Amino acid sequence: MILNIENDLNRFRQIVRGKVRKDLKRYMSSGEMIGKQGDKVVSIPIPEINIPRMRYGKNQTGGVGQGEGEDGDSVDGAGEGQAGDQPGEHLLEAEISLEELAEILGEELALPRIEPKGKKNVTSTRDRYTGISRVGPHALRHVRRTYREALKRQVVTGNYDPSNPVLIPIKDDFRFRSWNSKTEPQSAAAIVYVMDVSGSMGKEQKEIVRLEAFWIDTWLRANYKQLETRFVIHDAAAREVDRDTFFRTRESGGTLISSAYNLVLKLIDDNYPPDEWNIYVFQFSDGDNWSAADTRNCMEMLKQRILPSVNLFCYGQVESEYGSGQFLNDLKSDFESDERVVMSRIPDRDAIMQSIKEFLGKGR
Amino acid sequence: MVESYFKRAPRSLPPELEAERQRIAEVARRHGLDFFETVFEMCDYDEINMLAAYGGFPTRYPHWRWGMEYLSMQRGYEYGLQKIYEMVINTNPSYAYLLDNNMFVDQKLVMAHVFGHVDFFKNNAWFGPTNRKMLDAMANHASRVRRIIDSVGETDTEAWLDTCLACDNLIDPFLHHIRRSRKPGQEQESDGIHKLPAKSYMDSYINPPGYMEEQAKKAAEVARAAQRFPEDPVRDVLGFVLEQGRLSRWQRDCLEIVRDEAYYFAPQAQTKVANEGWASFWHTKLMTTELLTDSEVIDYCDHHSGTVAMRPGQFNPYKIGIEIWRDIERRWNRGQFGKEWIDCEDHRAKLEWDTGAMLGKQKLFEVRRTHNDVTLIDEFFTEDLCRRVGLFTYEFDRKSGEFLIESRDFEEIKKKLLFMLSNHGTPRVYVTDANHANRGELELTHEHEGTDIQLEWATHALGSLSRMWGRPVHLVTRVEGKQALLHHDGQEFRYDGPKITGKR
Repeated sequence: MILNIENDLNRFRQIVRGKVRKDLKRYMSSGEMIGKQGDKVVSIPIPEINIPRMRYGKNQTGGVGQGEGEDGDSVDGAGEGQAGDQPGEHLLEAEISLEELAEILGEELALPRIEPKGKKNVTSTRDRYTGISRVGPHALRHVRRTYREALKRQVVTGNYDPSNPVLIPIKDDFRFRSWNSKTEPQSAAAIVYVMDVSGSMGKEQKEIVRLEAFWIDTWLRANYKQLETRFVIHDAAAREVDRDTFFRTRESGGTLISSAYNLVLKLIDDNYPPDEWNIYVFQFSDGDNWSAADTRNCMEMLKQRILPSVNLFCYGQVESEYGSGQFLNDLKSDFESDERVVMSRIPDRDAIMQSIKEFLGKGR
Repeated sequence: MVESYFKRAPRSLPPELEAERQRIAEVARRHGLDFFETVFEMCDYDEINMLAAYGGFPTRYPHWRWGMEYLSMQRGYEYGLQKIYEMVINTNPSYAYLLDNNMFVDQKLVMAHVFGHVDFFKNNAWFGPTNRKMLDAMANHASRVRRIIDSVGETDTEAWLDTCLACDNLIDPFLHHIRRSRKPGQEQESDGIHKLPAKSYMDSYINPPGYMEEQAKKAAEVARAAQRFPEDPVRDVLGFVLEQGRLSRWQRDCLEIVRDEAYYFAPQAQTKVANEGWASFWHTKLMTTELLTDSEVIDYCDHHSGTVAMRPGQFNPYKIGIEIWRDIERRWNRGQFGKEWIDCEDHRAKLEWDTGAMLGKQKLFEVRRTHNDVTLIDEFFTEDLCRRVGLFTYEFDRKSGEFLIESRDFEEIKKKLLFMLSNHGTPRVYVTDANHANRGELELTHEHEGTDIQLEWATHALGSLSRMWGRPVHLVTRVEGKQALLHHDGQEFRYDGPKITGKR
C-alpha cells in the first residue's frame, strides 16, 4: 500500500552491500558469515548504520532501573533496554543473498566469470510470452489488444458511435500472445574437497579450510546452475564424509596423499562424467606426505588421470608447525606451467583473500 | 469520509469494532476526555511496521533509515521480540492504526488508549505549537525532497540529508515556550569611558575634550571587540545555521525540512512518561469501570500487565507514568496536598490522611494541561511512590565492566530520572560564537553536566556541522574533568584535551 518503503529498503540494502564490500577482507578471514548461512542467504551482523549525533558517552550515564537487589549487585540487561539510544550497541542482522555476495566477491577480487566447458554444456529451453502476433490459438487471445484494434478499425471506417460504443472485433482484429523459446545453458559443477586430517593439521588450519571452502562454494554456485560438493578426508587412508564431519574430524597417524587421489578418481568416475560436469578439485594439506615414492605416485595420477577430467585442480597449503611443506615444492616442479593446476600458500587467515583470488582468478 | 493517505483503499473498522469505537468515544467523553476526531484504520503487521518505520506517517521523504527501521522492526516481529499494538499520530483529525489480528478485547483496550493519547495531544501545552496538519506537511516535505533529488541528484541529496540529520538533536525544545534572547535596548548604559579622577572644578583641565574624545573612541573599539555574535548562547543550533549559514537554496530547503520535523517530534520525547502514563491510566479506568465484559477480564489483565511490566533494570515509561497519574488522583481525592499535609511529620497519619476532598479528577486534568516529563516527575514523584515501585539507580563499574546497582536513595533516583528525561541522552550544546577568532568559524559550547560527550560520535557530528556551516567548527567541552576542545574543518578532526583513558 505504501510504495516508498520498498525504495527506502532497497537503498538501505545498497548501503549494507557497500559496507560488506568495504569490509570484505575482514569477513573473509573471520567467519562471521558462515555461522549464519541459510539456503539462499547469509546474515551478517553489521553494526547498525547510524547517523552519528552528539551523545553522552555510554558508560558514564548509568540510569534508573527497577527490581530487587542490594547496592552493588549487578544489573541484568541494564543499558540494553534503554530505548535503543546507545550508539553501536545494536547489531542489526543484515541479510544478503549468496548471489549478491558472490557478485561482491567477484567484483572486489576482480574474478573473471567462469566459462563453462563449451561443447559439454547441457542446454534447456524455456518459453516466455514476449510478443503479440496475428495468429494463434484462441486460448491465447489478447482481449485488450483485440478490442483496441477493433476500435481503431471502427473509428477509421466511421462505424464508431461514441454514444453507443459497441465494438465488434472481426477476424483481422484478433491479436494473440506469442512466445519465444530461449535456450539456457544448463551447466553443472562438482567440487571435491580433499583435506589432510593427519595429526599435524590443527584447529586453526581447519578453520582456514572451512573459510576457503565457503567462499569457493559461494563463487562457483553463482557461476553454475547446479553445484554439488563432495568431501574427502584422508590420513593414511581416505574416506568420503559429509560436510560437517569434514570440518570436524581429527585423526592421527600418517599421510598418504595417493589414497585420497584414488578416492577422488573413483568419485569422478562413478558420478561425474567429465563431458557433463565441470569438475573442481580442491586439496588442502600442510604439505607432508609419507614418502617420496608416494609423492611420485601422486604426480603420475594427477598427470594421467585427474587433470584430464577436471576444470581446475587447486592445491592450498596451510602452514602448520609440523608440516614440512614439501608437497608444494614437488607439485611446483612438475606442474608450474600447467594451466589446470593452481597452487597457493595460506600461512594465516589474512592470506585467504589472496588465495581465493589465485584459485578462482583463472576463470576456468 | 475522511481521505485516506494509504495507497490502497482505506480499511475502516469492521462494524462490530465501529460500534465499539462509538461506545468507547462516548464513555471517554463522559469521563472528561476531550479529543480530536480520530480516524481508525486497520493494518496488517507489515503495514503497521512500515508506518512505524516512518514514524506513523505514510508519506515521508525518501531516506534509507526508514528502510533500516522497517527491517529491524520486521525482524523484531518475526522473532516475536516486539509487537506494535497500535499507533496514533498527533494531527487533527488524529489517525490511529490498529493491528487487524489483535483480539477483540485488545482492540477495545487500544482504542481507549488512543483516545487518552489524542486527548493529551490536543490539550497538553507542550503540543500546543505542533502542526496539526503534519500529514500534509510531511507529504509536502516528501515532494520537496523528491524535487531536489530530481535537480541535484540522489547522492548529493542523501549525503546532505545525512549531514542535516546528524545535527537534528541540536534544537531548542523550549524554543516556542520561552524567550531566550534579551530584548533590544536592554544593554547596560555605561559608556565605559575612562576618566581621570578630578574635582569638578578641575575636570575640564585634567580631562580635556581632546583626551575625552580619544578615550571615547577607545572605549567604542573595546566594546565592538567584546561584542559577540550571537549575543546570547543559542541552543537552536539548526535554526542558527539555517539563518546564518552560507547554504544554497536546496540545502536550506532540506535543512528546514529536517528541522521542522525535529521540532514536530520534540514534544513527544519531552512527554513520553506523561503521555504514555496518561493513556494507560485512561485505558485502565475506562476498561475496568465500563467497557470490559466478564469473559474479557483475564485477557485484558494479561495484556495490560504486559504493557506496564518493568523488567529488572529497565525503565518503562508506561509504568512510571501510570503510577504517577494514579498517585495524583489518589492524593487529591484524599486531600493529601497543601501546607498542612507537607508539614505533617507523623508517617502513619500521612498514610491514612483523608479529608474527603475528592479533587483528584480536577487535578488530573489540570496537570495534564501543563506538565511535561521533567516537571511531572519533579513535582509529583514522591518518596512513597518511589519505594512502592522499587526503583534504584545504577552506574557502570569500570572494574567489573558491568552495570551495578548504585543506590536506592530517593533523592539520587529522582535526580537521575530528571537528568535522563531532561536530555534524552542529548548533551546541551549552544552556539556561543559565530565569528570565532574573527574568522567566521563557529564555536559551540557543551554545557557539561557531569557526563562526558561521546567523542567518536561528536567527531562525526562536528564534521557534519562544519560542512553545514562551511567553515571550521569548534566544540568546547570537558573530558574527564578537564577542558577539551574539538575542532573540525570539514575534512579533518583535531582534539585538544586530556588524553583519553579507557574505552568509551
